Amino acid sequence: MAAGAPDGASSKSDIYAGNGPRLMLPVWVFIGLFLLLPVALMGVYSFLTKEFRGGVIWDFTLTAYDQFFLDRGLFGDDPAKIEWTYIGIFWRSIWQAGMATIMCLLIGFPTAWFIATRDAKTRSIWLFLITIPYWVNLLIRTVSMKFLIRDTGPLNEFLMWSGVINEPLGLINTNFAVQLGLFYSYLPFMVLPIYAAVERYDFSLSEAAADLYANVWTILRLVILPVVKPGIIAGCILVFVPSLGAFLAPDLLGGAKTFMIGSLIEEQFKGNAGNWPFGAAASMILLSIVMAVLLIYARSQTKGDK
Amino acid sequence: MKHLLTATAFVLAIAGTASMAGTAHAEGKLSLYHWFEYIPQDLLDKFSKEYDVDVTMDTFDSNEALLASLKAGKLGSYDLAVPGDYMVDILRQEGMLDTFTAAEMPNLGNIEDQWLNVPFDQGRKSTIPYQWGSTSFSVNRDVYQGPIDTTDIVFNPPEELKGKINVLDTSGETLTLASLHLGIPQCTSDRTQLKALNDLVMNAKQYWASFGSDIAKDVLVSGDAAVGMIWSGFSAKARAEGANVEYAFPKQGYIVWMDNVALLKDAPNRDNALKFMNFLLEPENAAAVTNYANYSAGVKGVMPFLTPEVANSPESNPPKGQKGVFVQACPEEVQVMYDAIWTNLKK
Repeated sequence: MAAGAPDGASSKSDIYAGNGPRLMLPVWVFIGLFLLLPVALMGVYSFLTKEFRGGVIWDFTLTAYDQFFLDRGLFGDDPAKIEWTYIGIFWRSIWQAGMATIMCLLIGFPTAWFIATRDAKTRSIWLFLITIPYWVNLLIRTVSMKFLIRDTGPLNEFLMWSGVINEPLGLINTNFAVQLGLFYSYLPFMVLPIYAAVERYDFSLSEAAADLYANVWTILRLVILPVVKPGIIAGCILVFVPSLGAFLAPDLLGGAKTFMIGSLIEEQFKGNAGNWPFGAAASMILLSIVMAVLLIYARSQTKGDK
Repeated sequence: MKHLLTATAFVLAIAGTASMAGTAHAEGKLSLYHWFEYIPQDLLDKFSKEYDVDVTMDTFDSNEALLASLKAGKLGSYDLAVPGDYMVDILRQEGMLDTFTAAEMPNLGNIEDQWLNVPFDQGRKSTIPYQWGSTSFSVNRDVYQGPIDTTDIVFNPPEELKGKINVLDTSGETLTLASLHLGIPQCTSDRTQLKALNDLVMNAKQYWASFGSDIAKDVLVSGDAAVGMIWSGFSAKARAEGANVEYAFPKQGYIVWMDNVALLKDAPNRDNALKFMNFLLEPENAAAVTNYANYSAGVKGVMPFLTPEVANSPESNPPKGQKGVFVQACPEEVQVMYDAIWTNLKK
């Protein structure tokens, strides 16, 4: 048996030798079919001419990008200026997603820390509890949040009953409500990666730092944070990216008064506008921003490794 | 942890299988593309039972969403859709409608005369009436007791209604009501009029709490909004659900519409589709829809089957002399300006 083990290993490597590309085939087919092809299609569509009421005409043009970046007035014949409308919509979305990410981090980090410092048995129960809301559809959870915080909802009624406030808080249909909805939707995406990082943390390092007269904040800043940083960054990306394209929370909690990136794109395909190339162009621009953020992150990681 | 996750996956898998097993097998099939909350399940069950046909239904929430979905490749998978008046015109121009002969539609004679020769389908060759009604707004009478027969309520509201208004999240209906308020024609290309329209809605937005179509009834019932642009039947439903709301017929005019059951091109189950259309033209069945949706049927002989509340509903009986107008489908060069105003409004 002792002699058999190396034999078995070598015969295994014989099986796989030279088969690498073939074994990668399913992955490449999957990525090609479900990721690269749709993105390429979207890229092509963004350069086509729009057909009235949806659809495209196969004439290549830059009109969609022109519409995004240049303002030619309500009737399209003013001299071209920089178009702030869509940049403003993107900026608002980035700000909302950023606020949601910060809220997630503020609540998610202590939560993850708390879970990771329990004993092994209770830990799995806490993690399980975190995932339970995910058994329910995102739409239902967002509507429930709306019921909770509306002016006539239980939150306001309780606060008014208990005399804390005299008037409803007026939370619904505000930017804060949108951030709250995004925060609630994506909190576990922050908790789980941070938990994974904290779980690996060697607590004797904190003790060693404390023995060397470091106070709590110094330990957190110089010892803990560098170790769990990858988890925090992963969590932030996992919350920020889906928040950026969200349209359920802005529609239901924000009252759909202002476009976010997601609802702007949706309007191009589902709404009266029916401007598919413009929707595709906005999607491509969004994709580029996300890619840029991820690339910067990846580069900073490889630099850190050196 | 691992066990719990496995258990979760298992439960989800079972739930999925169970819901799939719920669809019984029948002789034929019928695939319906319909508005949300617009047909009673009892009526679908009745048809299924009488004709031994499996009915599946998907729903949409605006005429534009219907068009977008058909255009994106759904044509050929549905037998019937329920477009509004102007959308019938658009679907025909897009070549998405099939036609039927009078022989194939024995109940064609049940259609009320005024709805037989309609401009969007002369002589009813591709569509039959489903329901007709109006779009205007409703006001919570606990909050505001003054006169409501004016579109000022939405666009230039009195103090107590400011910030408590929900408008429909579709540019067609909201901008049409705004045009009625200004007294300008629909689909105008006159720049002064379009600028005035743009200024009106941009200024009115500060008074609006939210934009939403599928929530139109809900916000009135819950009290989130004191004024809501709404469809007549939805307002009647809000009233039935306990909201003290009154539906307005403003003197500037209101929107009239008719939804129609349309036979789609390349319908996979054309025969069953025709059976279902004839079924819907039976007064008893048309009345069942009206009793559920609180609009009006456009079919002769429904009166005996209507509940008195529905037959006498104030939402379905506009005062004489107020004008109702159909929403018009604008030509492309004009529509882009209306789209620009809408985007401007929500930027």
